Amino acid sequence: MGKAELPLHAPGTKLDRGYIGQSVPRPNAQRLLQGRGSYVDDLRFPRLAHVVFYRSPHAHAKIKRLDFSKGLKSEGVIAILDGRAVAEYCTPWVGVLAHLKGIKSPPQHAIAIERACWQGEAVAAVVAETRAQAEDALGLIEAEWEELPAVIDMQESLEGKKIIHKEFADNICFSRQHDTGGVDEAFAAADVVVEETFEFGRHTGVCLEGRAILADYNAAEHSLTVYHSTQAPHMMQDIFSRHLGIPEASVRVIARDVGGSFGIKVHVYPDEMATAALSVMLRRPVKFVADRLESFATDIHAREHKVKIKMAVSRTGEILAFDLDDLSAIGPYSVYPRTSGIEGNQVVNLTGGPYKHRKYRAKLNVVFTNKNVTCQYRAVGHPIAVALTEGIVDKAAAKLGMDPAEFRRKNLIPDDAYPYTFPSGIKFERLSHHQTLNKLLDLMSYKKLREEQEVLRKQNIFRGIGLAAMIEVTNPSPAFYGVGGARISAQDGATLRLEPTGMVTVMCSVTEQGQGTEGIFAQIAASAVGVSMDKVRVITGDTGVTPYGGGTWASRGAGIGGEAVLLAGRALRSNMLEIASKILNLEKETLDIGNNAIIGKLTQEKKMPLEELGRVAYFRPDTLPMDFQAELTVTRHYTPRQYGFTFTNGIQASLVEVDPDTGFVKLLKHWCVEDSGTVINPMLVDEQLRGGVVQGIGAALFEECLYSPEGQLLNGSMADYLVPMSGEMPDIICAHVETPTLQSQLGAKGVGEAGTAGAPGAVMNAINDALAPLNARVTAMPFTPERILRALAKA
Amino acid sequence: MKAPAFAYVKPASLPEAFELLQHPNAKILAGGQSLIPSLNMRLSSPELLVDITGLPGLSEIKVLNGFVRIGTLVTHTRIEQSPEIKKHIPLLAQAVPHIAHAAIRNRGTIGGSLALADPAAEYPACAVALEAVFILKNKTTERRVKAEQFFKGLFETDLKPGEILTAAEFPVAGKSDRSVFLELTRRQGDYAIIGLAVHNSNFVYFGAGSMPVVAKNASSKKTLKEAKAALAKDLNPPADLYHSSATKLHLAGVLLERAWNMLTT
Amino acid sequence: MEHAYDITLTVNGTTVSRRVPARLHLVDFLREDLELTGSHAGCEHGVCGACTVRVNGEIVRGCLMLAVQANGCRVDTIEGLSDSKELAGLQKAFHQKNALQCGFCTPGMLMAAQDLLLKGKKVSREEIRTHISGNYCRCTGYQAIVDAIEEVVNGKG
Repeated sequence: MGKAELPLHAPGTKLDRGYIGQSVPRPNAQRLLQGRGSYVDDLRFPRLAHVVFYRSPHAHAKIKRLDFSKGLKSEGVIAILDGRAVAEYCTPWVGVLAHLKGIKSPPQHAIAIERACWQGEAVAAVVAETRAQAEDALGLIEAEWEELPAVIDMQESLEGKKIIHKEFADNICFSRQHDTGGVDEAFAAADVVVEETFEFGRHTGVCLEGRAILADYNAAEHSLTVYHSTQAPHMMQDIFSRHLGIPEASVRVIARDVGGSFGIKVHVYPDEMATAALSVMLRRPVKFVADRLESFATDIHAREHKVKIKMAVSRTGEILAFDLDDLSAIGPYSVYPRTSGIEGNQVVNLTGGPYKHRKYRAKLNVVFTNKNVTCQYRAVGHPIAVALTEGIVDKAAAKLGMDPAEFRRKNLIPDDAYPYTFPSGIKFERLSHHQTLNKLLDLMSYKKLREEQEVLRKQNIFRGIGLAAMIEVTNPSPAFYGVGGARISAQDGATLRLEPTGMVTVMCSVTEQGQGTEGIFAQIAASAVGVSMDKVRVITGDTGVTPYGGGTWASRGAGIGGEAVLLAGRALRSNMLEIASKILNLEKETLDIGNNAIIGKLTQEKKMPLEELGRVAYFRPDTLPMDFQAELTVTRHYTPRQYGFTFTNGIQASLVEVDPDTGFVKLLKHWCVEDSGTVINPMLVDEQLRGGVVQGIGAALFEECLYSPEGQLLNGSMADYLVPMSGEMPDIICAHVETPTLQSQLGAKGVGEAGTAGAPGAVMNAINDALAPLNARVTAMPFTPERILRALAKA
Repeated sequence: MKAPAFAYVKPASLPEAFELLQHPNAKILAGGQSLIPSLNMRLSSPELLVDITGLPGLSEIKVLNGFVRIGTLVTHTRIEQSPEIKKHIPLLAQAVPHIAHAAIRNRGTIGGSLALADPAAEYPACAVALEAVFILKNKTTERRVKAEQFFKGLFETDLKPGEILTAAEFPVAGKSDRSVFLELTRRQGDYAIIGLAVHNSNFVYFGAGSMPVVAKNASSKKTLKEAKAALAKDLNPPADLYHSSATKLHLAGVLLERAWNMLTT
Repeated sequence: MEHAYDITLTVNGTTVSRRVPARLHLVDFLREDLELTGSHAGCEHGVCGACTVRVNGEIVRGCLMLAVQANGCRVDTIEGLSDSKELAGLQKAFHQKNALQCGFCTPGMLMAAQDLLLKGKKVSREEIRTHISGNYCRCTGYQAIVDAIEEVVNGKG
């Protein structure tokens, strides 16, 4: 299969590819710009009740007694319920998958029963007429606890002297070993061995809109409609159905505007399941909106890895082998249904990813702790794998006295080596490392920057340049989750309908979280059908309306959903031409669609406006041949299957200046060259990349969920948990190489996570490059002034 | 989170305000930029908020004989925009853009900031460095307290129950006076990791203790080297979430050096 | 005990009267009582800027002001400034430059940007970055926002 049918063409543009590749503003941004979006908390319902949760103040404790009597008398209170009461309506779950061999986790309830396993875990729900009243009652709940030994440190967890879950013999959730063989021999034969331990702080997504859910149970129908700030409506439909005992088709999940997600909103949260159960129990709509403090304590966290990595290199700078040992802590439960084993698994899969060595060994231990759960957050594992790889690569280059860019050039997999099987077992279809490297070095004027750096060093100005090459998982096939038994769809569908006036309605199972999904679907649909974009309307995020599909995660929206839209658009176009040929009594092959009309293929002359086609097909089908039925609604689906993942590649560079007196890092500029295949809308792609870079900068410099030794979250507010703000961010220059995937017609790969994947490694390398003349080096993210000053022996 | 329930009164006169402050669990509400977040997080639960923003005569910036009197309700934005303050109290003018962000500066007041006495806030240190005098009134009397004596500890001041800080008086800077304001923040507008307000020989640190800390030993030294060495006697900064005490002390030295160099060039 | 007070204020040019609990902050009042849901509550402790609205012509954090304090004030929200077309220039630039993604921060960001525009001075990118540094955006890299504001404030493009 190839993308033989491109170029697409669309009227209104003279470009062969129609709207593909055009920086078209997103139509759906207009309502958001006027404050007329509809996020969950904007919806108004009769008899709406508000729920808040009484959360454990302890990291690990037995619930000895909960007394709701005072709370129940508080004004406006409708109900206060504990875990047992809610469990009668909502069954527990276990976050394991069959393809992660040996992964284990105990059953988890919507509201904890008997014991709480992290500070912030919900142990009771208070439902009241207003949120403020519910919070008033929360303060009146009396609880008696028996504190249990808490395991906070991951090394301590691995040692297993204190076991968190009694049903298990140790605290290990998941472990994996991968070995190509020959690693010890490669190290023995190496001229140079470099070794380092890197640490990655625990951080979280901080979506500006907190998690939000409004569940509306209809007792008469035994049906449930859930308005949910989610990335995966169909996955949630399945989960609500199975855990609440409501037939799947009677559960409808609607995701209207979603105020940021980044992987935070693709998991099953106990408090959200409880909210749905409470709607069933109380037979009325119930809303839960996580406030900012709850978000920090209960939105999934991510990262928290400590990795020891070793690399064997020849005297001439050829990478021979990698050997690594990753320890990661995930909180007390593996998160349902994706599990919390995936991030570590990705580190094992992806480390060393851009390079052509053949020997590879990796060991992974994922352990339970009594802190908030961690799970898949934007770029899952990539920032770790990239920083490890690129950090150790820079160290080797320095040891050999080679320029870091040249060292990479020597080791990157050649652009003509594909398809290629990497030593960890993953397969690459087509990558372009050398093209992206060359483009980056040009874009940033690498040589000039190096010269400037030298000059400035003599003036005691310490600038650093950091590179980070990477590969990225996108367009996942069922190999990601489906094969492990998760009811998570790897396929997506699109329905296109020609309206009687000649407009096109698109309904797609991939959702919009602001990245511009609906905008690019309109571009693709308009191009495929042959109408102008103003004739297209897009609907997503409603299980009652769209075809079945996975939603938005793992950089899959454009590549998978976009392909479904393209295929449906082409099918609709063909059907429209068929109808036109009946109406006009002309051969279908002589007709085309352009300028929102049926036109002659050769002459381009207008034969019939599309609204006339719509009028005849819908209102006067009696004028069409007896044996002909017009079909103006078509649905197509797409699943990538040839490769487990459609890998992309890219490279980033960071230019920083470190103040050795204060340990402050000033970000001067950042560059990103990405190959995400066909670029549908460069403007959207670029700012999404930049947003990703800024999240990666957050990881490198600012963000970390700090816990006390007792397991108390110390910085769970916007004032204390530092997210990147505009003042400190650099301008970020983006460029592209386009190597379309040949698996689809559209050729698009994903791009949503690339920025976040590469930026931490690039910034780390830049800081270490700046610190090099001062004989200092940092390897624990985030690189706070404290850590940099310590490295400089000043603190 | 939503604030707990409380009553609210906005008195129209000082006597009325003093009457209301007799309530045992009353709190003064001015700009509210620190109080309201603490209410919203249920960290504070007053029974009565006495909104003083309607009181007459507390919102003026007046240049008087040798000093500038700033009414307690003057917002950060007005200080930022005041030509009088730029001219007569350059240290304050230098400090104010560091306070949070525009939307907060529009409501936050100088009196609120001084009375809250956040150890990482800018104004208290400036007031100490400038040897400002605060005017405190209660139902019956008015007293004047020097800034250095006003700050007593962590969020603790000399304000007695029922008293209102009505104004602060700052001496007009003379031609030979020199001021430097420096602070280190991770992000624009954040509270300082550590900061330094200098007016002539008064070196006052903030974010360095439970209240503004005057570096008496360091500032008495003749050379920078001696001053830096003496700093450890002046400061024992408490660690914060991200910075150890030793780091903050080191950073205090860096600020000292920078200020010293600015003053001597 | 809930203490409630009568307030009268002008919101987007219309006089409204309501009885509100003392503890209700301005952005909840706008969202819940007036159903003007364009201003968003992102943190409720004054850090994120999503609730930025204009009171008596000055931008404020809607979560750091009580509704009862707005008695007698003139309040402008994203809805009002959209309808009056005051924000039209910025909205157009934000749209054309894709200076928003999820849109949750956008009303507050526009309020902050308009505040800068109203000062009537040309500004550098640095100054723009500083001025919007109290408005958190997790989606964009802030760059498109800076580009859009720069275009309108400096009359470029």
